[in-house]
Amino acid sequence: MSYLTTKDLTVRLRNGAPLLRKVSLAVKSGEVRALVGESGAGKSMIGKAVLGILPRAAKLTGGEILLDGEDLLTLPPKQRRAKIGAKVALIPQDPLTALNPSRRVGPQITDRLVDILGWKRKEAEDRAVELLDEVHIQSPERVMRSYPHELSGGMRQRILIASAFAAEPKLIIADEPTTALDVTVQKQILKLIREMQERHDTALLFVTHDLGVVSKISQSLTVLYAGKVIEETDVRTFFAAPKHAYSRALLAATPKYTDPDGSLMPVPDSIISEVEQEVAAFDAQLKR
Amino acid sequence: MRDARGQVRRMPGLRLWLSGSWLLILILAAVFAPMISPHDPLEQDLFAARLPPFWQQGADPAFLLGTDSLGRDLLSRMLYGARLALTVALVAGTLTCLVGATLGLIAGYYRGWADLVISRLVDIWMAFPPVLFAILLIAVLGTGLTSIIVAIVVIDWTRFSRVVRAEAMSQGAMDYVASAQVAGRSRLGIALAEILPNVLPTIVALLTLEMGIAVIVEAILSFVNLSISTDQPTWGGMIAEGRTSIYQAWWVLVFPLAALFLTVLSFSQLGEGLKDYFDPVLR
Repeated sequence: MSYLTTKDLTVRLRNGAPLLRKVSLAVKSGEVRALVGESGAGKSMIGKAVLGILPRAAKLTGGEILLDGEDLLTLPPKQRRAKIGAKVALIPQDPLTALNPSRRVGPQITDRLVDILGWKRKEAEDRAVELLDEVHIQSPERVMRSYPHELSGGMRQRILIASAFAAEPKLIIADEPTTALDVTVQKQILKLIREMQERHDTALLFVTHDLGVVSKISQSLTVLYAGKVIEETDVRTFFAAPKHAYSRALLAATPKYTDPDGSLMPVPDSIISEVEQEVAAFDAQLKR
Repeated sequence: MRDARGQVRRMPGLRLWLSGSWLLILILAAVFAPMISPHDPLEQDLFAARLPPFWQQGADPAFLLGTDSLGRDLLSRMLYGARLALTVALVAGTLTCLVGATLGLIAGYYRGWADLVISRLVDIWMAFPPVLFAILLIAVLGTGLTSIIVAIVVIDWTRFSRVVRAEAMSQGAMDYVASAQVAGRSRLGIALAEILPNVLPTIVALLTLEMGIAVIVEAILSFVNLSISTDQPTWGGMIAEGRTSIYQAWWVLVFPLAALFLTVLSFSQLGEGLKDYFDPVLR
């Protein structure tokens, strides 16, 4: 059964412009679902809506977010925060800004364990060391005492991954976790996330614009355009035969490393206008 | 994975030492003024009026930095003047910082209507000419140490709130704040534990700058005779008196002016030095 379900999730700007158009998606327990689309398609917005950290300019105007069968939006804010804090974690996009520069790394990992789950500080620290070890960081005790700027980008992303798994969440939302890293580190980090996800049997919602990454990490995927779900399918089917014309164009636009000299294929205008029409028709239908 | 970045360490710079030692001398002078002053700062001796400083002809070695037109010892007056200058600097500077930084943090992190109110208030506040505002306030409150401090706080809190607001806003947009929110931290907890430590270096720099400014404002108010009672020596008051006899006795004006200049400069340099020292990334 699915651990996270959104039903007709609608997010609008304060001025009413839609950012998410009735998004329904489901992430099963222990499953990796990729969320793909162009920049501005609303991929990250879904994650933010689930986590309750929508930017000020955006507002959730409709729909349901079911976490473990419970509708988050009907819970009082305090309980909702506690539930999200205990069950869901975030691997943010930019490891350089995701750790507080003026605090040591250790407490930033253990905070959640101590604050939300009421662990003893010593236990939390032991757990943090264990986790840093798990993400292949040498001398974890030293790293725990370091400030973020003393560590490289790849190290910081490892720490963030360790931190995300610290409270044994049932769901992790990874918001383009490899975009800010260089290519060689990307590969390691991706492998690490996959490895951790399997070991801890965590559901993972993996936001990315890179279809190459999708094929490596996820079992199912949702394609998004302009905040609307275009296609939802499992990875095997998608790469064999995408149903929607836009998905096909997106797949064709992915650079192939087997043909490094081949020219890049942008998504053709005809397909963009086709999918734009579809979105417009959908909006019109909603208004009626 | 190893990383060499942790090994970088920076020494507190020369300016931290220089400004720190001048301020330390000043603090000692202010605290021990009654013991180390060679004369009573109020004692007049018209036969010893306008004596030049010790290296000039006609100087009296008993009056190291000379005397003013009423024959009062300049050095003693400056030592006592340092007491007022430092009291105002520390108390007014700290209070201004507390008020301004708190409002700035609220506006910058909580945003919404609180930000709207505070920011408009700052805009309106900054449109008043500050010195006139101070004089007006003293006129209403009456002269005295408390009035000077209140006036400085009322005028200058905007300096803090504007800068702290901007800093808090940019810090608030960082991913680590989002992570803390997801982890279930309360808004207040995030403001105090996550945002404040990152704004602190800026606050420290501003605080010391403000202490320098407080010294200047006090001097200005003394200069226009609106500070505290005239029988208490102040640097601003000495400068005002020195101005009237600049052609006959330049030292009456120049020595307190130099002390004022060095003090304000030291405060701002101390702030810059401390900022680097407190900043985890520069440290």
